[in-house]
Amino acid sequence: MIAIIQYGGGNTGSVQNALNRLGVHSIITSDAGIIQSAEKVILPGVGAAGAAMQAIRRDGLDKIIPNLKQPVLGICLGMQLLCKYSEENNTTCLGVFDARVIKFPEGYIVPHIGWNNIENTKRILFSEIADKNTYFVHSYYVPVCTDTVATCQYILPFSAAIQKNNFYATQFHPEKSGDTGEQILKNFLEI
Amino acid sequence: MLKKRIIPCLDIKDGRTVKGTQFVDLKDAGDPIALAQKYAAQGADELVFLDITATIENRKTLVELVKKIAASINIPFTVGGGIRTLEDAALLIRSGADKISINSAAYNNPELIKEIANHFGSQCVVVAIDAKYIDNSWNVFTNGGRTDTGCNIIAWAKKAADQGAGEILLTSMDNDGARSGFAIEPVNEVCNAVSIPVIASGGAGCKEDFYALFQNSNASAALAAGIFHYDQLQIPRLKEYLKTNQIPIR
Repeated sequence: MIAIIQYGGGNTGSVQNALNRLGVHSIITSDAGIIQSAEKVILPGVGAAGAAMQAIRRDGLDKIIPNLKQPVLGICLGMQLLCKYSEENNTTCLGVFDARVIKFPEGYIVPHIGWNNIENTKRILFSEIADKNTYFVHSYYVPVCTDTVATCQYILPFSAAIQKNNFYATQFHPEKSGDTGEQILKNFLEI
Repeated sequence: MLKKRIIPCLDIKDGRTVKGTQFVDLKDAGDPIALAQKYAAQGADELVFLDITATIENRKTLVELVKKIAASINIPFTVGGGIRTLEDAALLIRSGADKISINSAAYNNPELIKEIANHFGSQCVVVAIDAKYIDNSWNVFTNGGRTDTGCNIIAWAKKAADQGAGEILLTSMDNDGARSGFAIEPVNEVCNAVSIPVIASGGAGCKEDFYALFQNSNASAALAAGIFHYDQLQIPRLKEYLKTNQIPIR
């Protein structure tokens, strides 16, 4: 069973819909026990960092998520929440990745919305990807760092995906990235 | 490189897709789910669904439709029409809409933009502006294109962006359904005034119109309806043409 972590606000349903299309059973939950016993965990993301971390702390999940041993996938804001700190609402995050989440500079079109190609793809998430265009929607980014496993170029190069041990995370939305996104989700599910 | 987006728009009335000319004279254009799936398979970059009746009785039908769309397509989609409160927006977002589009309600109550953005993030708030050229000014029209606010689109677009809009969807009412090309001038006016993406809408009649838009403006996306519904222009052909002409396209 796959646990999709619920923390208010976001559109958790779209991740579940994508898993349904792949024929995989999932539960949307904020229950620590269910999350800990799940085969895999997805931390989805739509919303703002401050409110999201507030909900995660309220449910005691800030102690649970960083210690999970099964494969975990953070998506978009979910990826940013797995980092140490976000400039969005000046938020202390979960600290799995030793990275700071930064706002795109002024003077450009922000949010970065739309399909952009990912580059320098490494490791397991990106096998068998034909088209490297994936769907992004974000105003904050994770700089390229030692945990980066895919990059993207918008205004500057940034992390399209990061990985550390059992934690995987994508800035783009695989659940909204057409066939490419489906393959990436499949790759995660097969880990 | 970030790609320019091609966005088919489906106007929804009583659960069916319809298409009119200059906002009136509606014709049936098919089942929205079937069309949505077709467009997604053809390489549409996003979809927009506008509930043009947007009465309270129709809300339930719309929510059910949104759930079905979310279950059956794997690209982002926006839902608009009749969203007046944070609760209206929340219901659609929780039913699976990636973004909501607000028009008259945002103009009449700009705080609504901030409320939705604070709750769900700016990225899911599209502010739709219907524009018509009146006495040397592109004016904002509300109420389904029936009311001239007398306000210039620049002033309103700036305010909407300041309130936390994630994107502007700019429709030229003069061009809508006329198939004579996009109105480039107001698109450029708005692009120059705000630093959020602008989606241009109204007037697409042939593939060259999309090229002219992307070549001559900073529009992030082009939205069209009728031209796709009746298969006059197929999305793969359009995208191939734009790629050949060096427009960044997925």
